[in-house]
Amino acid sequence: MTATDTTLMPFDDVLAAYDPALGLEVHVELNTASKMFCGCPAVFGGEPNAGVCPTCLGLPGAMPVVNGKAVESAIRIGLALNCDIAEWCRFARKNYFYPDMPKNFQTSQYDEPICFDGWMDVTVPTEGGEDETFRVEIERAHMEEDTGKSLHVGGSTGRIHGADYSLVDYNRAGIPLIEIVTRPILGAGERAPEVAKAYVAQLRELIVALGVSEARMDQGNLRADVNLSLSPKGSGTLGTRTETKNVNSFRSVERAVRYEMQRHAAILSGGGSILQETRHWHEDTGMTTSGREKSDAEDYRYFPEPDLVPVAPSREWVEELRGTLPENPTARRARLQAEWGFSDMEMRDTVGAGALGLVEQTIAEGAAPQAARKWWLGELARRSNEDGVDLVDLPITPAQVARIQALVDEKVVNDKLARQVFEGVLAGEGTPDEVVDKRGLAVVSDDGALGAAVDNAIAANPDVADKIRDGKVAAAGALIGAVMKEMRGQADAGRVRELILEKLAV
Amino acid sequence: MPEISRDEVAHLAMLARIDLSDAELDHLAPQLSVILESVASINGVAGDDVPPTSHALPLTNVFREDVVVPSLTAEEALSGAPAVEDQRFSVPRILGEEA
Repeated sequence: MTATDTTLMPFDDVLAAYDPALGLEVHVELNTASKMFCGCPAVFGGEPNAGVCPTCLGLPGAMPVVNGKAVESAIRIGLALNCDIAEWCRFARKNYFYPDMPKNFQTSQYDEPICFDGWMDVTVPTEGGEDETFRVEIERAHMEEDTGKSLHVGGSTGRIHGADYSLVDYNRAGIPLIEIVTRPILGAGERAPEVAKAYVAQLRELIVALGVSEARMDQGNLRADVNLSLSPKGSGTLGTRTETKNVNSFRSVERAVRYEMQRHAAILSGGGSILQETRHWHEDTGMTTSGREKSDAEDYRYFPEPDLVPVAPSREWVEELRGTLPENPTARRARLQAEWGFSDMEMRDTVGAGALGLVEQTIAEGAAPQAARKWWLGELARRSNEDGVDLVDLPITPAQVARIQALVDEKVVNDKLARQVFEGVLAGEGTPDEVVDKRGLAVVSDDGALGAAVDNAIAANPDVADKIRDGKVAAAGALIGAVMKEMRGQADAGRVRELILEKLAV
Repeated sequence: MPEISRDEVAHLAMLARIDLSDAELDHLAPQLSVILESVASINGVAGDDVPPTSHALPLTNVFREDVVVPSLTAEEALSGAPAVEDQRFSVPRILGEEA
């Protein structure tokens, strides 16, 4: 399939003739220490096939055992999505022949997902300034395992087609995944691309708040599959859908929905029909190409996994986990807006830029709210646009942004020089302080002020100080934290540690 | 009475990547029907109060602590592989499917 086969209908014409139906499947890779069914490290990358064992290699006789922490994370995700939690459910084998799973099946869940019947309210701003809310219904969230990573050798494209053979690394095989599936999202009309993007963005926000995944789209911790179909306007029917796989940024989710709407409409209006298939999203060209024809679910010959006993979360456990849920993101936004004193417009821009969490973390690292907002929505937003990456994927952390603002507050650099510090950090020249150093800006250090802060911390935490005197040097971390807090992060932690140990004569 | 058609057997064989000739299908499809019938006789014994059972043990919630346990080295992991390249399992060309 090449680009030249593809005709698109102008977006406005699509809307005049068709209603879109959206469906989103998001895979979340959990941040457990070990894999779903074995004790191998749940870390992808590194030396190939060094994080595998008989279970995740599917060797004969190896027996899986469920990672309890992964079940806990699944339940917490379900609760945060307002789902019911199954009182009893089983794993199932999804049988297919593809070497990314060495067992020839993926251990998943079929008709008994652990979480089902939930919803999430997705907020999309309108031009008039009012927020519009779409309720996205969650059909299910189920547990499964990730697959290995294949490299295709030979041929010209690095893809399967034309490859001579493939090389497989199973380090990723067996890492716990939660797949979250929406019901068809109807009635979004022209907002469909934005709703899809906002859903994935808000879902990611929720996952981050739960702390159950690194949730980095660029790292594949969070992967979105976009289902789309069109039906003749007002018909109330559902058309044939395509599933665009592995769309790996919020921006791409929006673009992929828009693209598929335009492509479907061009085919349908020409009297053609949509082939039910998977499609591949190409970030560089902004297009999708044909993948494989989609198997019917029954072709996977699902059956209950005999090697794993059912999961039956007690209601007590579920309620206990409900008690650990973070604040609802909508309520949180309202609270943060009040705390920070942002206007509606400032808040909306912050959320819209995907910067809410980043700004919050930057403020938590000591920056003033307006300063945090200024950098993320100014200098850094500009860079993310230029580089075509999401803000969160820029190679700079909130702590670093806060540190740069601290350098401004300390008058080590002015705003103009701070931009150079951003440049340096983004270019990988090191931490803000290292950049200041390398680019010839000296940071003023004041051992007197530091010494006073260390004295205060010791006086305020006598039992910690005693522990350190008794040789528990690791306890110094608590004091370092207190000193750093008093110094508003503007101290060298290594130097603080030295001073603490010196003063306690360890 | 459960019955499995020749077409269904052919479809299952394709899904299982078992290459069956027409003659083999003619031979095997009726046999599978007989097997299904035999298994179905259980339906006559099980009352409404007997739920379908997938597991013989009355156990639930067997969980593992989320702890990393060292296992195979890459060398050990690859020792049984028919072909290895770049410390990866080398597999024949994948046809007809793309994940």
